[in-house]
Amino acid sequence: MLIPESDMQTVVKLENFVKTYRTGEVEVHAVRGVTLSIAPGEFVAIMGASGSGKSTLMNTLGCLDRPTSGRYLLDGIDVSELNRDELAEIRNQKIGFVFQGFNLLARTSAIENVELPLLYNRPPVRTREQRERALQALEMVGLADRAHHQPSQLSGGQQQRVAIARALVNRPTLLLADEPTGNLDSVTSVEIMGIFQELNKRGMTVVMVTHEPDIARYCRRTLVMRDGHVISDQPVTDQLDAAVQLELLKQEHRAINLS
Amino acid sequence: MFLATFRVAVRALRRNPLRTLLTMLGIIIGVGAVIAMVSIGNGAKAQVEAQIATLGQNVLLVLSGNVTRGGFGMGFGSAGTLTKEDYEALRREIPGIAGVSPEVRGVAQIAAGNQNINTQVLGVGTDYIAIRAWPLASGVNFTEQDIRSANKVALIGKTTAQTLFGDADPVGQIIRIKSAPFTVIGALSSKGMSMMGSDQDDVVLVPYTSAMRRLTGATTFRSLTVQAASAAVVPEVQNQIIDLLRLRHRIQPGRDDDFLVRSQQEITDMATSTSRTMRQLLAAVAGISLLVGGIGVMNIMLVSVTERTREIGVRMAVGARGRDIMLQFLTEAITLSLTGGVIGVLLGVYTPDVLNAFSETTTWPALTSPDSIVLAFGVSAAVGILFGLYPAWKASQLDPIEALRYE
Repeated sequence: MLIPESDMQTVVKLENFVKTYRTGEVEVHAVRGVTLSIAPGEFVAIMGASGSGKSTLMNTLGCLDRPTSGRYLLDGIDVSELNRDELAEIRNQKIGFVFQGFNLLARTSAIENVELPLLYNRPPVRTREQRERALQALEMVGLADRAHHQPSQLSGGQQQRVAIARALVNRPTLLLADEPTGNLDSVTSVEIMGIFQELNKRGMTVVMVTHEPDIARYCRRTLVMRDGHVISDQPVTDQLDAAVQLELLKQEHRAINLS
Repeated sequence: MFLATFRVAVRALRRNPLRTLLTMLGIIIGVGAVIAMVSIGNGAKAQVEAQIATLGQNVLLVLSGNVTRGGFGMGFGSAGTLTKEDYEALRREIPGIAGVSPEVRGVAQIAAGNQNINTQVLGVGTDYIAIRAWPLASGVNFTEQDIRSANKVALIGKTTAQTLFGDADPVGQIIRIKSAPFTVIGALSSKGMSMMGSDQDDVVLVPYTSAMRRLTGATTFRSLTVQAASAAVVPEVQNQIIDLLRLRHRIQPGRDDDFLVRSQQEITDMATSTSRTMRQLLAAVAGISLLVGGIGVMNIMLVSVTERTREIGVRMAVGARGRDIMLQFLTEAITLSLTGGVIGVLLGVYTPDVLNAFSETTTWPALTSPDSIVLAFGVSAAVGILFGLYPAWKASQLDPIEALRYE
């Protein structure tokens, strides 16, 4: 079933990945052959206009979908041949998702939201351990004091941090973020990017989709997609440090408030 | 894991309390109806059995023939084919008979003091109260002498005595039946309701000879009540009565009897088969309401799946397998229908009491049997599973990408 391949040096290895959707008579070629490697500890931004195939790429990286053809090795495991249940298990164990719209469960406390992936662990995690791990994850994003607040009682930035804690709770090998700052104001966006940078510094592999070039500059590598191809794959030379930028932004705000 | 699933289910149901309640109402009514109907049915059956027992032990009823007028049967007992000679022949010639009493019926006006009522007058023999296991509360029974002389003596039923004399002892009082004065020589103990729901205690018993001569003017009997010596000889006695009466009435072989002999067992069977049919009917009605309740559950579960598509997507994204989602929605449906079931059981158990509290005339003797409660629980759980299965399966088949994108 899940046979680790010899190549353990990459977290993500795509070989000639093709995804074709068929809607009625029409075939849509969402991704037309992408070959890509992401090493452990990388921080990658995927950019591109809508329809460029970046969402499809993201869904495949997140094991929500399988390639039409080509191979996808995640942490050395060939995902292309897995069935629905096996994909669910991979998502549970190896992947953390952060969404644009947070996707927290309403009327459910922050800590219970964070516990969600642990409910589906096999073998099951004991209730007390679930609590402890969820609390640790909330501490990592600086929200341990809000553990029993419901999403409606939290700001957008706080909600996204709960979502990040949820993504981290099962100690994934790959953190995937789909437009994580899309619904946030500029200061909060930088705060969230700060969290990603911090996690990345501690060794977490992060891949995020964004269409904002400013946000992409907090990453270390940028992929640009167009029409189902990767047209550019470059390291970020002028990487921004979220902590520094946050300080600058705050000074700016103070200046505006003074005048 | 199961506890967590259960908690999620409860939370989801509490999110929309009114909707949950309305959905449960279908199950509540269904289960409540099942329990109430079965309880009332059982109670009625027990009551019928108790009433049949009041007929007496090893009793056979001989009804006189069926008059046909213009093609319509008037029912057994309508033609007077049983005579005094038949009665005496039965008494004399069939050894298995422990007691036999003729029966003539009439409704007459009865007066005592300034009280004046219409009530049933039964002309009977001396054996009658012994056969019916109907002891006297006070006073004495008729004698053979009273029968032979058609004496104006009467035994009075509890209700009639109450109406005419209040709590005073009726024995020794004079009552006027159709203006003829009768002396009350005995007061009957209470017998309760008959199978047909009439008050058996609203009656006056007089010697059949007196009744025929002074009250009804009838020359034949409506029926004979026979008591066999033991349960074992009942069929034999039944056949002997038939043979004897056919002979006496000179009925040719192949022709129909002009009388009817019914044993207590046959009467019991008839009554229980009626109540069984009734119960089956009620059970069918209750079953249909449970079905409707189940459809309500399915409807709400489908709505719930649609509403929570995004939640399903998130759960799948973080590792829920199809069967986890399925289990969750199934748990929700079962929780819904079982909660409804519990409330329904409580409702069903107490409904007859409430009915009895509000109705003055009729009583619903309810007997709640534990197995009907178990059955109702089982059925409501089954409804939850059956009608929750499709929505839960539908939820489990969602594509996580589509579900996450769902607005």
